[in-house]
Amino acid sequence: MAEKKVFEKGKMVPVPSVSIIPERDLGKTPILECSHLGIDFGGLTAVNEFNITVGRTEIAGLIGPNGAGKTTVFNLLTKVYQPTRGTILLDGIDTHGKNPAQINRMGIARTFQNIRLFNNLSVEDNVKIGLHNQEKYSMVSGILRLPKYWRQEKAAHQRALELLSIFDMQHMANYQAGSLPYGAQRRLEIVRALATNPSLLLLDEPAAGMNPSETAELMENIVKIRDTFQIAIMLIEHDMSLVMGICEGICVLNFGQIIAKGTAEEIQSNPTVIEAYLGKQQ
Amino acid sequence: MEFLSYLISGISLGSVYAIIALGYTMVYGIAKMLNFAHGDVIMVGGYVSFCAVSYLGLPGWLSVVLAMAVCTALGVVIEGLAYKPLRQATSLAVLITAIGVSYFLQNAAQLIWGASPKGYTPLIPTTNAQGEPNTLRLFGGQLSISYISLFTMGACIVIMVLLTLFTNRTKLGKAMRACSEDKGAAQLMGINVNATISLTFAIGSALAAVAGGLLCSFTTSLMPTTGSMPGIKAFTAAVFGGIGSIPGAFLGGILLGVIESLAKAYISTQLANAILFAVLIIVLLVKPSGLLGKYVPEKV
Repeated sequence: MAEKKVFEKGKMVPVPSVSIIPERDLGKTPILECSHLGIDFGGLTAVNEFNITVGRTEIAGLIGPNGAGKTTVFNLLTKVYQPTRGTILLDGIDTHGKNPAQINRMGIARTFQNIRLFNNLSVEDNVKIGLHNQEKYSMVSGILRLPKYWRQEKAAHQRALELLSIFDMQHMANYQAGSLPYGAQRRLEIVRALATNPSLLLLDEPAAGMNPSETAELMENIVKIRDTFQIAIMLIEHDMSLVMGICEGICVLNFGQIIAKGTAEEIQSNPTVIEAYLGKQQ
Repeated sequence: MEFLSYLISGISLGSVYAIIALGYTMVYGIAKMLNFAHGDVIMVGGYVSFCAVSYLGLPGWLSVVLAMAVCTALGVVIEGLAYKPLRQATSLAVLITAIGVSYFLQNAAQLIWGASPKGYTPLIPTTNAQGEPNTLRLFGGQLSISYISLFTMGACIVIMVLLTLFTNRTKLGKAMRACSEDKGAAQLMGINVNATISLTFAIGSALAAVAGGLLCSFTTSLMPTTGSMPGIKAFTAAVFGGIGSIPGAFLGGILLGVIESLAKAYISTQLANAILFAVLIIVLLVKPSGLLGKYVPEKV
């Protein structure tokens, strides 16, 4: 495995010998294992023979030209689409036949390519919806405002603010989500996903529409999230500086097939990848 | 004084419309469907309450509680059997199914209870033990308000407050609002969308049972078609106030009741309904999303 690097103060620096990535699990017992995963839409095979393993605290990148099937892979992992073939093991457990809500409870959370926040709700309520399954009180105690409700609501409020503070967004808690600027909406989506307490976080083009300095900040934050929460992150991204900068493993998809897997250096020099992106050399 | 008494009777009638409209608006807000069978759930609620009083000898309030339980179950069953399989179907298919369920309930009621009207004992008797009318007299007897009217207005306000607290402050309420905005995203946040929709139907149907008891207390008679006209009017109220909005349903219901009552009193009893729907048409021409509704542009 290549030397790990982190993004710090605008440039990549090697990780010091005391690794922030615990050696114990990485690569040994993967959080996600897909084998022979595939889906057909009628006669069209959108994804085929998708095999990948993601380590417990790995940041993995999924790249490929437009229409390669990257988002379809995310939709398969979260069971928005039921796979036609293959298996997905999350933490060693087969996710066959589960629905998206169950998948979320099993530990996968995601963001969306086109932001899908609950626009009419406040920022805090958006995060609290992520906390939904961790709040336990009955409808009756909710309506009657019994002490249990107050305790749980207070805890949820604290937790929501804590999570928002990752992106320094606590002061926006009472804003309406739909009224936030674009970049903040993207960040809120990540916070909402984190609120569901995932072990694998899927980010679908987190840097889309961001300027270079925002992207640099996002890179720092993705690494920070991984380090604080000790989770695996898999991201789809077109911004190569982000992908090459923070992804420890990269998987390249073209026409629904994996054409290359490896580290940033390996991918950058891979002739098949270059061909997929730029076309055949004349 | 006459005007005031018409106004009050309009508000109490409107309260019933508001309670029914809440059921329409909640189901529309979350499941994005018009549950035209809602009016007939009111009728079933009325019959259950009627049977509990006449055959089991239960007191009025207990009969309504029983009706609520039965209607809640009925609402969940209807949703599970008729609407759930159509979750992915076009909205037109769901609409036709809802109309079908409506006919089914009306005809089932006719089969069970017969087509002839049943006499319904009002929840609060119109006269007390001494044979005096059960009314609140104000201004030296110039204005009298029946207790059932007062009770209806009170019930409507209590229901409104509880529903608002529920949707805004509890986690299930938040789950409902999340589902109403984006079911896909809600599901991926771990919210069980099907359970949330069932819960919405359960709440709407329980409200329909309450409305059934109150409505029949006003009309004092019960037929298999009892629910259809108030159902349509409450639907009108929901659209009038802005469908999907809880305060909108409340406002729409009250306004509709007042318009109906005043139109009956001052213009014409026969034309009251026509005037009612004419007002709806005018409001929708001016404000297509209803009084409190939000204009949502079609996304391309």
